[in-house]
Amino acid sequence: MLRFLVARVTSMLVMALLATLVVFLITNTVPGDPVLAQLGDQAASDPAFVAQWRHDYGLDRPLWERYFIFLEGVSHGDLGRSIHSQRPVMDDIEEYTPATLELATVAFILTLIVGIPLGILAAVKRDSWIDHLARVVSLLGVSSPTFWLAFILLAVFYGYLQIAPGPGRLDPIALPPPTVTGFYLIDSALAGDWDTFQDAAAHLVLPSIVLAAATIGLITRTTRASMLEAIRQDYVRMSRAKGLRERSVILGHVLPNALVPVVTLGGLAYANLLTGAVLTETVFAWPGLGRYTFLSAAALDFPAIMAITLIVAVTYLVVNLITDISYAVLDPRVRQ
Amino acid sequence: MSGADIVAVAQPLPRTRWQRLQRQYSLAAIGAGIVLVWILVALLAPVLAPYAPNAVSVGTRLLPPSVIHWLGTDELGRDVLSRLIYGARISLVAGFVVVTLGAVIGTLLGGIAAYAGGLVEEAIMRLTDLVLCFPPIILALAIGAALGVGTTNTIIAMLVVWWPKFARLARSLVLQQRSLEYVEAALVAGFGPGRILLRHIIPNSIGPLIVLVTLDVGNAIIIFAGLSFLGLGVVPPTPEWGSMISEGRELVAQWWVASFPGFAILSIVLGFNFLGDGVRDWLDPRSRQF
Repeated sequence: MLRFLVARVTSMLVMALLATLVVFLITNTVPGDPVLAQLGDQAASDPAFVAQWRHDYGLDRPLWERYFIFLEGVSHGDLGRSIHSQRPVMDDIEEYTPATLELATVAFILTLIVGIPLGILAAVKRDSWIDHLARVVSLLGVSSPTFWLAFILLAVFYGYLQIAPGPGRLDPIALPPPTVTGFYLIDSALAGDWDTFQDAAAHLVLPSIVLAAATIGLITRTTRASMLEAIRQDYVRMSRAKGLRERSVILGHVLPNALVPVVTLGGLAYANLLTGAVLTETVFAWPGLGRYTFLSAAALDFPAIMAITLIVAVTYLVVNLITDISYAVLDPRVRQ
Repeated sequence: MSGADIVAVAQPLPRTRWQRLQRQYSLAAIGAGIVLVWILVALLAPVLAPYAPNAVSVGTRLLPPSVIHWLGTDELGRDVLSRLIYGARISLVAGFVVVTLGAVIGTLLGGIAAYAGGLVEEAIMRLTDLVLCFPPIILALAIGAALGVGTTNTIIAMLVVWWPKFARLARSLVLQQRSLEYVEAALVAGFGPGRILLRHIIPNSIGPLIVLVTLDVGNAIIIFAGLSFLGLGVVPPTPEWGSMISEGRELVAQWWVASFPGFAILSIVLGFNFLGDGVRDWLDPRSRQF
């Protein structure tokens, strides 16, 4: 197990280092010119000003030198200064991350409490109406464009029925709770401010449904397939033969074995939620990393784009590592 | 839980061959039908569209669906139906081009990796892992932003993130095939590695690749529309579904502007998913049990 751990962690670190190179090359060798995107026409036509500006952002140095400056910064958590907001990118990211984490976590919980039971029921009651329902739900979830689903839900529940709040994390006139974790649900609960808690919870409903839609389909399908595979095993026939109740057979014997592949997918699904947030947050004006990514890309804010891409890639790698480890814990055969 | 459920779980219900075929392939047929209709719509767009897709008309802004404008008009008075019909062209082309080119590049690289082995394999597969460690839409967004707005640039950005899954699949398929006797026979007959790979191994492992391609076109269409929605895909005023939704996203009262293009995407993606499932069942009978 130790050897497995060391090998996996080493390869993850190597990948992370290579990821910094990829991110750096993409943003520094392609034609888009941040000067034109950031400076007005008048400023851009003044060569002295442009040169000064390029110098300020280190854009006049050779490529490899810029890479090492970038790498050195990364090594102590300095990801450069955003051209757009004029602040260190790390500050921007710290400000926007909690909103995304809160949304992704709620959506992940929603995915699990809907997806896994639905997959179990679909497998146990195979070919029944609930199996068909599960199939339709997962197909629709996987096939609907996220940004469109977001619009439809907003139009119906906010615009037409007026039972859901509009975009954003809180009512426009409400004040955010004092920052402890950055999660509005937790912070408002800690402050004992139940009105804000309710407001924040209500604002989470639609975006988390939209964000969860695609992953629910994925989890449901995987749970079902892996339940059906497990149900056919000999130990299931054995436990039935010795007279266990069907409920104990399914929950006690089939489910633990069937959940192993779901765990692997669960990690991936959480990482997907973090990135699916780009589209969802844009529609719901959710002040998180996803919307920040979009705004930075639109403004060709390369330091910001680099930092986000890197952070997300590292998150992806870490989640994959955790998934692999939990997989190895659950299934000893993987360790060899 | 009743006794009947246990029986149902323990032994599959007996079905006749025809019932099974019908159950298995009716969805695939529906999927093929939807895809075919959209291909026809795209091809016949100039004939089918009642108006020019970019004809601006200030007098007819934001009209609700009616007999004159079946799906209403948008903020610039353009006919939503006509734009929807023309939009099918870009979505289908983008979907097919990304997946086909991605599959060709990925298969070749994966095939070469498996066949060459050693350092070449190591290099190609680490590169694959590297691209796969970035979430597709974020990497495509970064590359797309760097390259600039436009259909071709967006397709290039998507290709960069698209080939690795095909490379992985192709590599494992080729590794499987390489140990089989017919490859040895070809080798003994004196054929070179290029010929063996292209003429013998790849044709024999094409099945799973076709499944992945079919299932993937819908996926590519959604991602392309998503990038367009974010402002990368097409240059306005090109009619494209993702950017149509983006133009209409603030118009909650004028719901028709944004909702119809979304139904178009949903239907075409469902079509490809149905079709892909059917193709998988057909090529890989083992998966039918699930």
